Amino acid sequence: MSLSVRNLRIAYRTLRGDVQAVDDVTFSVADGEIMGLAGESGCGKSTLGNSLIYLEGRMRHLGGTVELDGKVLPISDDRAMNRHRMRDVSIIPQYAMSALNPTKKIGVLARDLLKSRGTKLAKVLPEFRRRVALVGLPDSVLEMYPFELSGGMRQRATMVISTLLNPSLLIADEVTSALDVSNQRAVGELLTEFRDRGYVKSMIVITHDLSILAQIADTIMVMYAGKLAEKADAGTIIDRPLHPYTQALLSSLPEVGVRYEEEELTGIPGRPPSLLDPPAGCRFRDRCPFAFDKCAEEPPFVELLPGHQVACWKAAQDVAGSAEREHEEAAR
Amino acid sequence: MSMLELDKVSKVFKSGTFGGSLKPALRQVSFGIDRGEVVSLIGESGSGKSTLGKIVLHLTPASAGKVSFEGQDVTEKKGRELHEYYRHVQGVFQDPFSSYNPLYKADRVFEMVRQEYFGGLQRDAWEAKVETVLETVTLNPADVLNKFPHQLSGGQQQRLLVARALLLDVKLLIADEIISMLDASTRVDVLNMLVSLKRKGLGILFITHDLSLGNYISDKTVILRHGAVVEMGETPKVFGNPQHRYTKSLLTAVPQLHKKWAPFDWSANGSAAPASNGALRPASGAAAPVAEEARETRRYSRSSLSPLHAAKGAKSTPSVGAGAAVAEEAAPGPRPSLMEMEGGRWHRRARRRVTLAEVLAESAPPPLVECEPGHLVAVEE
Repeated sequence: MSLSVRNLRIAYRTLRGDVQAVDDVTFSVADGEIMGLAGESGCGKSTLGNSLIYLEGRMRHLGGTVELDGKVLPISDDRAMNRHRMRDVSIIPQYAMSALNPTKKIGVLARDLLKSRGTKLAKVLPEFRRRVALVGLPDSVLEMYPFELSGGMRQRATMVISTLLNPSLLIADEVTSALDVSNQRAVGELLTEFRDRGYVKSMIVITHDLSILAQIADTIMVMYAGKLAEKADAGTIIDRPLHPYTQALLSSLPEVGVRYEEEELTGIPGRPPSLLDPPAGCRFRDRCPFAFDKCAEEPPFVELLPGHQVACWKAAQDVAGSAEREHEEAAR
Repeated sequence: MSMLELDKVSKVFKSGTFGGSLKPALRQVSFGIDRGEVVSLIGESGSGKSTLGKIVLHLTPASAGKVSFEGQDVTEKKGRELHEYYRHVQGVFQDPFSSYNPLYKADRVFEMVRQEYFGGLQRDAWEAKVETVLETVTLNPADVLNKFPHQLSGGQQQRLLVARALLLDVKLLIADEIISMLDASTRVDVLNMLVSLKRKGLGILFITHDLSLGNYISDKTVILRHGAVVEMGETPKVFGNPQHRYTKSLLTAVPQLHKKWAPFDWSANGSAAPASNGALRPASGAAAPVAEEARETRRYSRSSLSPLHAAKGAKSTPSVGAGAAVAEEAAPGPRPSLMEMEGGRWHRRARRRVTLAEVLAESAPPPLVECEPGHLVAVEE
């Protein structure tokens, strides 16, 4: 078990009180697994990703534990975390395109980063060059400034630098969002390539784009308003989602080949609730077409089918119902 | 004759530290938009799609070619005429969050339209008008009026901007990437709103890099690459039966929910990734090339097009088009000197300025041929 997160709660301190961005989240990522983390903006997906490597000043760790390869990650202790950053956990930050220092050449940036980890650039240089070539960049990028690279190239350079020390867990936050389709594909395929070559053991890919996850992820976890909504392997989430939110999210995606004349898609009405003072019960209740009385109670995030966890009363009912029917049929 | 007609519109940008080289961003683009028609303009970053939108909106002048709206030449309009033009043609841009001044309430954008165009209108009549347009863009007036931008969601902000455009007697809307910053759940609402506006007779130029969005909404599709049209025609024909290699490669890169990325043989695409890296290509065989290729925009040094200066140009601007382009452009052998021997003394080589006309002629796009009725494809180079 590579990563295991238990009852993690992260809040942002604001003048009006704590915003519960990650609320009681429990999940695990296996070795070699690419887990997709999807949801709307403001659902806490980036906060969850960031909290595994760096807690900003206004973020507070309210509870829960994170274990990586059997050892506890001291996420609330900034100093103690330093030992793990880049070696055990690494991140390709959101807006990686502007994450590079504009006054430093790519090679110098990598050297400084490695130095802060107590490693010499010379030691990893051959491997660095090999990986630069692997992602399709010319060797000369080491001597270039970030502004000399295009967006796609910068994204790939950041990928190589973040994974230089073969971290056990890589968090890729919105790595494909700012790119156009062909670059999206290239970067997406490189992520799986890095996993296959063992540069990173497991990965959390954070994005709002489910179609990218359908391409590269092994499992997908959907978050809504700071809570986990559903988790299963990628095919199951895409083809047989149980949570109404996942279903709505999927049906609002236009696919190539769908035209408004033939099939008018619908969005999800309403907005996610404020996390400053979240409503009791299921948080998707106000926007959910299937909401019923029971939804006033908070649904637990439980395994309804093998390997398929859902937090929804309606889904639980349906699954139980169909199991019962099958049982009856078998009895007959 | 369409409502908006683009006739061989070209745009050449000066680039380099002192504007020393000329770079064609648009190469003789021609197409038209009719009333009630949605045309999607698809291309990767750097393909010139936003530049085209800006030219139509008269925010930047075209270097050559003609833009006409309802039979009148737009490029020469100024002053009062331009003011009237904006009554009919409006734009909405990518980032709603930066389109508002955060210090003012969001509906100030309406007030500015009133001052500019409807100075004589009574308060009541104006307020009624605002309410009607808000209804058209499916917003509830109580939700959005008298609020600051940060109190509105991205989708609401974007729809408010469309509403602002609709206050005028708008006939053509330039929608530049208006969906890409929005969440998946609100994207479709904005798209559907555009469809309903189109049904009411609005012409829309929908600029996007997202093929699935373009396909969903548009009647006609224009695919742009390196500033030139590579394929255009009725959307079902272009997407259903793509003819140009570039269109095909774009389509295979689109992530789909129920289909994995099909392998695509990038290597045959003319300009491949740097040769040095061939041995290390990922096993899947598909990595970056198209992206690199998109950026391989040609540059013309002002100091002549001779191999000498071309090589120098390539050397001093390694950022242009990754390794591939640089390798292609750089002449083999040692770098030639800028000096030449004449009559026993060294002279600096004469520099010749490249004129706009030369760049335009040099960058002429491949011709378009009709492969089926209503479907044009560029001859592949």
